[in-house]
Amino acid sequence: MAKITLDNLAHSYLPNPKSEDDFALKELNHDWVDGEAYALLGASGCGKSTLLNIISGLLHPSQGRILFDDKDVTQAPTAERNIAQVFQFPVVYDTMTVRDNLAFPLRNRGADPRYIEARVNQIAAMIGMEAELGRKARGLTADAKQKISLGRGMVREDVNALLFDEPLTVIDPHMKWELRTQLKSLHHEFGHTMIYVTHDQTEALTFADKVVVMHDGRVVQIGTPQELFQRPAHTFVGYFIGSPGMNLLEAEVSGRTARVGNVSVDLGADYAPLKGRVQLGIRPEFMTLSTDGTGLPARVRRVEDVGRHKIVRLEVMGRDMALIAPEGDEIAADAAHVQLRPEAINVYADDWRVPAKGEVA
Amino acid sequence: MNKTVNQKAWFLILPVLILVAFSAVIPLMTVVNYSVQDTFGNNKFFWVGLEWFDEMLHSERMWDALWRQLLFSGIILAIEVPLGIFVALNMPKKGFWASFCLVLMSLPLLIPWNVVGTIWQIFGRVDIGLLGYGLAKLGVDYNYTQNIFDAWVTVIVMDVWHWTSLVALLAYAGLQSIPDAYYQAAKIDQASRWAVFRYIELPKMAGVLMIAILLRFMDSFMIYTEPFVVTGGGPGNATTFLSIDLVKMAIGQFDLGPAAAFSLMYNLVVLSICWVFYTVMTQMDKREGV
Repeated sequence: MAKITLDNLAHSYLPNPKSEDDFALKELNHDWVDGEAYALLGASGCGKSTLLNIISGLLHPSQGRILFDDKDVTQAPTAERNIAQVFQFPVVYDTMTVRDNLAFPLRNRGADPRYIEARVNQIAAMIGMEAELGRKARGLTADAKQKISLGRGMVREDVNALLFDEPLTVIDPHMKWELRTQLKSLHHEFGHTMIYVTHDQTEALTFADKVVVMHDGRVVQIGTPQELFQRPAHTFVGYFIGSPGMNLLEAEVSGRTARVGNVSVDLGADYAPLKGRVQLGIRPEFMTLSTDGTGLPARVRRVEDVGRHKIVRLEVMGRDMALIAPEGDEIAADAAHVQLRPEAINVYADDWRVPAKGEVA
Repeated sequence: MNKTVNQKAWFLILPVLILVAFSAVIPLMTVVNYSVQDTFGNNKFFWVGLEWFDEMLHSERMWDALWRQLLFSGIILAIEVPLGIFVALNMPKKGFWASFCLVLMSLPLLIPWNVVGTIWQIFGRVDIGLLGYGLAKLGVDYNYTQNIFDAWVTVIVMDVWHWTSLVALLAYAGLQSIPDAYYQAAKIDQASRWAVFRYIELPKMAGVLMIAILLRFMDSFMIYTEPFVVTGGGPGNATTFLSIDLVKMAIGQFDLGPAAAFSLMYNLVVLSICWVFYTVMTQMDKREGV
């Protein structure tokens, strides 16, 4: 177990990267605190797997250093780093039995046979494959194979970190839930540093203490699920986290008020003068429809009843927006305006969140 | 639904029947015909039953040729298969050099048998051949026309030169089909190079390797042109393999009866070995599908 430090790290798949666009992973400085569970969240192709492969040593970064507990391992091969990694698609050794598959990483390290036996049984119980231990891994179903891959990842107790690269993609939903719970309990039990890559926000938010959101090769925000929800640091975070994502409105901000078209909106806090493209971000949960003519003019286009609540699709000043109304609410036929809760509004300049005056950033 | 009975449809398979008859059935039956008859000339034949088969089964000459043949096939398989795998493992995976190696590897495969034979026949000559002359200058007593060991070495090296590429290319195709994730997982699991070969590469190559072994075995078991051009079966009968012996018997001595019996048994051996390979391969596929 170790603290993992990324120092000035960046990676490009091109031999001679010229502009910043050539980098799959843009310059990054970050400490992965020992023993925490992180989720690495982002759309496909945003550099998540690249980052993971750099940490495990499968990929050598174009620039920067990686430190495990302040020891530079940038040039160290994968085997020396003692890291476990589980990939998106199952990798099993076909000709080995399930038992040998699980024991493989331990045998490669020359562990004591009695310890291996005990540990393999323990892991088999965890992934629910005790009955299949004696059979060949060849010909098992994809999710059984993936469980073996997960088991192989977890079998070593002394690893510096456990990396998961969207490991539950091929597993069916019920088992997904169970395995995620197992991973969490494993984390509580052994306190490994865990990094879990996913593009599924539910998975990220339920698994991790801290969620790292990546967008276009850059880490845009690191925070608890609550922080990501209430104070998205980047419009991408607002859009990516939440269902539906955050609404954005072009606005001009001066002091405590914003002008959206010809309507003034109270922001609940003071802002310094802003440059660039200014937008207001508001989550659908913090908007209400009104019939008394106050707020922004809106037209209800569609109401989707999703069970726990209703999603109201609106058109506000030519933009599509969403609003979440409680399950019991009737959507008034003459609702023509929408009100925003001032304390829930975030202000963005060129996609990055601007803190209000006096706010502790 | 009522089906119309129309037996005329049988005529549709007539072209195939004719083709197969002329290409396989009639020639084979001619051989069968020769194998059970004898003649004293004048194109007059009489029935001898299984006499030729009996004679051939007790013929030292045929058994010798068979053992030589098995020894030859065994040796070239033992060299070409591991060597082919080794070459495939060391070929570049992508880029210009990968294509370059592929072209280079395919070159020997494109050369006709008799040309390969001629190349090595001249290459090995002590008076004008680069190899033979060079070895003689180095003080090595090498002469494939007189020394049995030298003749064998020359024929084997020639076959290895000609056909290792085939094994290498097939093994390379098998290796290319292994996803990167397997190698990455092996690194994570801290597997040794040997373990990677034993548990990842070899299982994934097993299918194509079986095909490579089958092809190489069959081809070498029926080899004729190359050793015939280089050594002509000599010195003595030292490199007279089954096909060479058969041709000598049938065309050289014009012993049609024994040669026919010989070739039928030869054919039977080839067929039964094919059957064994086929069975093993389908069994492997079945295990794969469990």
